[in-house]
Amino acid sequence: MSVLVENICKKYGAVQALNGVSFSAEKGEIFGIIGPDGAGKTTLFRILTTLILADSGTALVDGFDVVKDYKKIRHLAGYMPGRFSLYQDLTVEENLKVFASVFNTNIAENYNLIRDIYQQIEPFKKRRAGALSGGMKQKLALSCALIHKPSVLFLDEPTTGVDPVSRKEFWEMLKKLKVEGITILVSTPYMNEAAMCDRIALIQSGKIFKTDTPDNIVKDFGEIIWAVRSRNMSKLLTDLRNHPSTGICYAFGDAHHVLIEDAALTTEELKMSLTAQGHEMVDAFPIEAGIEDCFIHLSTKK
Amino acid sequence: MKDVIVADQLTKKFGSFTAVDHLTFTVKQGEIFGFLGANGAGKTTAMRMLCGLSKPTSGTGLVAGFDIAHQSEQVKKSIGYMSQKFALYEDLKVWENIRLYAGIYGVPDKEIAPRTDEMLSSIDFLSEKNTLVKSLPLGWKQKLAFSISIFHRPQIVFLDEPTSGVDPVVRRQFWELIYKSSDEGITVFVTTHYLDEAEYCNRVSIMVDGKMAALDTPSELKKAAGVDSMENVFHQLTRGANRKAD
Repeated sequence: MSVLVENICKKYGAVQALNGVSFSAEKGEIFGIIGPDGAGKTTLFRILTTLILADSGTALVDGFDVVKDYKKIRHLAGYMPGRFSLYQDLTVEENLKVFASVFNTNIAENYNLIRDIYQQIEPFKKRRAGALSGGMKQKLALSCALIHKPSVLFLDEPTTGVDPVSRKEFWEMLKKLKVEGITILVSTPYMNEAAMCDRIALIQSGKIFKTDTPDNIVKDFGEIIWAVRSRNMSKLLTDLRNHPSTGICYAFGDAHHVLIEDAALTTEELKMSLTAQGHEMVDAFPIEAGIEDCFIHLSTKK
Repeated sequence: MKDVIVADQLTKKFGSFTAVDHLTFTVKQGEIFGFLGANGAGKTTAMRMLCGLSKPTSGTGLVAGFDIAHQSEQVKKSIGYMSQKFALYEDLKVWENIRLYAGIYGVPDKEIAPRTDEMLSSIDFLSEKNTLVKSLPLGWKQKLAFSISIFHRPQIVFLDEPTSGVDPVVRRQFWELIYKSSDEGITVFVTTHYLDEAEYCNRVSIMVDGKMAALDTPSELKKAAGVDSMENVFHQLTRGANRKAD
């Protein structure tokens, strides 16, 4: 077991940031913490990297206690905070050297670990970090977090605000690190990135409400979801919500997704009733739920 | 419907670097126009020019009928703007934020109070009128920021990544607000990194290396690229970009 979290709670004044969070991540696993802004992801990461103390509960990183053994954890953990936290007025190369020397190592020693990532920014190694583009900052921050060959890597929203193509490339880099046996705890607000993780925890308002592989979460969902389209999508949303056999309904890309509560309803019946309400070019068909559907459903089902 | 944005060969250079390279397009009144592109493709620069905040190096742009180079003050009065990073004052109450922005945009004093209540009830938020903005969840802040950005009834509203990090349920409520204002005739010009949201736009443009690589309805873009999602359209167009990951 690489990371073991048991019943962690943390309050800021009246705000319960974490409310009894428990999960475990295996060695070499990419474990995703999936949830929106304000869910408690950053607080959790700061507790696990020994930067703040939980109010209650325990957590072990690589077998070490986050309170008692905090010095050990600081040696073995790599941390990429959500906000760019490198030295803006040092160059790319200087930043990397600083991080290596803090951990009593040098760039050459673990170069193989960062080669693929660092090579992309090496042409700019004399540039100050503050003058780098967002995507390059992200690669430098990851290189700095890896330079001491951590056994557990904590990545707090590494892809937030990054465009879809760069996001995909970032996840490809993580897949390569996994091969090195590094455990990766990564948080993201983008539900479609969940599929890139081995296992995920869905978190909202300080509570984890589901932990499993992305496939199993989808398989366990057990509800009927249809995709429905018509020419007037705005009216369709209202009409679907008012239909007696439907549950929650929401826009999803080029169709609306609607939960069907009455298993006897057929798509033909729904199409006919929508057409009778004045809809044109109606289409309705069953779909397999995605992680975002599961999140929406599980987080609204209180 | 009339055109409320007309860009003709709009170009912005910084030294030898061409950030925006001869953009030509129009946006109709009431349209939801998605403005997509990789980081560094030139979206922010183009948007700043259309908002009257930066002068084009060459080319022309008309926004709400005003020339962006010579009538930038009139442009600013005709538009609303909401940024992802900074939209509201955290240490002001909900009504104080509304009061502040309404004043800045010149809404007549005696109209502000009744319109504040009207606006807050329309988003089911009247009970939070005296709440400090910093204690609101992000999604609510963004819904409020949007409503404030159209409080002075602008012809066009520019939204810069309004839903980044917002939870999936509230993200969709946000888009329902966008639909509503579009039904009321407000033109919505929006950037996003969520490609499912590209599907909610009437038309979508994708910028690559300062140029508009594509502009059409989501269904036509998918058809032309021979793929089934906007995600794949985006990847196909931006994979070959030179200015990547900025």
